Amino acid sequence: MNAPLLLLGDVAVGDTLPGLDHDVTATTVVLGALASRDWRPMHHDRDFAINRNGTRDIFLNTPNQAAWFERYVTDWTGPTGRLGRMTFRMDTPVFPGDLMSFNATVTLVGTDDAGCGWIDLDVALMVGDVVATTCATRVAVPVDGQDNPWSRHGDDWRP
Amino acid sequence: MSDPVDTGEPMPIPAAVTALIGVTRYEEEGGFAVEHGYIWTTCAAVENANPLFWDDDVAATLTGGPIAPPTMLSVWFRPHHWSPGRSEPAVPLQAHFDLKAELDLPEAIISSNTNTFHEPVRIGDRVRSRQVLRSISEPKTTKLGRGRFWTIDVEYLNQDDRLLGVESYTAFGYRRPADTDQASGDSA
Repeated sequence: MNAPLLLLGDVAVGDTLPGLDHDVTATTVVLGALASRDWRPMHHDRDFAINRNGTRDIFLNTPNQAAWFERYVTDWTGPTGRLGRMTFRMDTPVFPGDLMSFNATVTLVGTDDAGCGWIDLDVALMVGDVVATTCATRVAVPVDGQDNPWSRHGDDWRP
Repeated sequence: MSDPVDTGEPMPIPAAVTALIGVTRYEEEGGFAVEHGYIWTTCAAVENANPLFWDDDVAATLTGGPIAPPTMLSVWFRPHHWSPGRSEPAVPLQAHFDLKAELDLPEAIISSNTNTFHEPVRIGDRVRSRQVLRSISEPKTTKLGRGRFWTIDVEYLNQDDRLLGVESYTAFGYRRPADTDQASGDSA
């Protein structure tokens, strides 16, 4: 397995993640909406979005934004990173033509009573200087080279 | 989303609505088993190269076989855009739309949502969901209008009744002030 494997001891509160930029196109929006089985017209019909929703274009749907946040976080942790919890707050829509930029800061590093290693992150999706969506993320990573958060079940998994 | 202001003017919640708090409703099974094609389409849509979803050997080593990205939890439950015998599109999160009608609040936005992930979703799983109204706030006034916040949990379970995850939605249902018509956010 050649993917990066982040261990809990590699991380400290205040660390920042490498940024991720992506140019949003109409394809980004429509592909993301259909992949998440979201058929609502404001995510594929520009005329509907403008004239019924009052927005300037179609815009990224929330489930697809969640998939972007997951990709951003697990690009950093590698495949042993296991998401526990994500809290989203959507402030402004993301449209075709926007350059969306992801950044994140580590806010907590620790282990729970079951011995699972947890990292809390404040993740932001920015468009220019504007925060479009925030996502408080809790992700489990191995505490050492033998640990695997995916092997936890029942009372050993406390997201 | 603007900060809410409590105007102190109570609007009674119908007793029939209060009685729904904590009650499990709309328990149903997804329309199809979890399948790999949607997983690849979703990963492609966000350029997610996580080998857990592309490399069977990695999946076998780490998760005991292929799984779906956790954030796809609700994908397995969204109804088809059309299916035989149905003339109107099915509505996900029915409890939310019920509240809009029952509280006579025609507009609503999802102000935040929290997804909690439990057992991994595996290829072939048949996912069931159920909706639980957790709370309804006192009347609030925001820049959008006057209304109430409510929280609905959608719980997902597999065919063995193991909890896969919970999506907790906080919405603000409201009436627009007569002199504004600006909408923002992911309206629902």
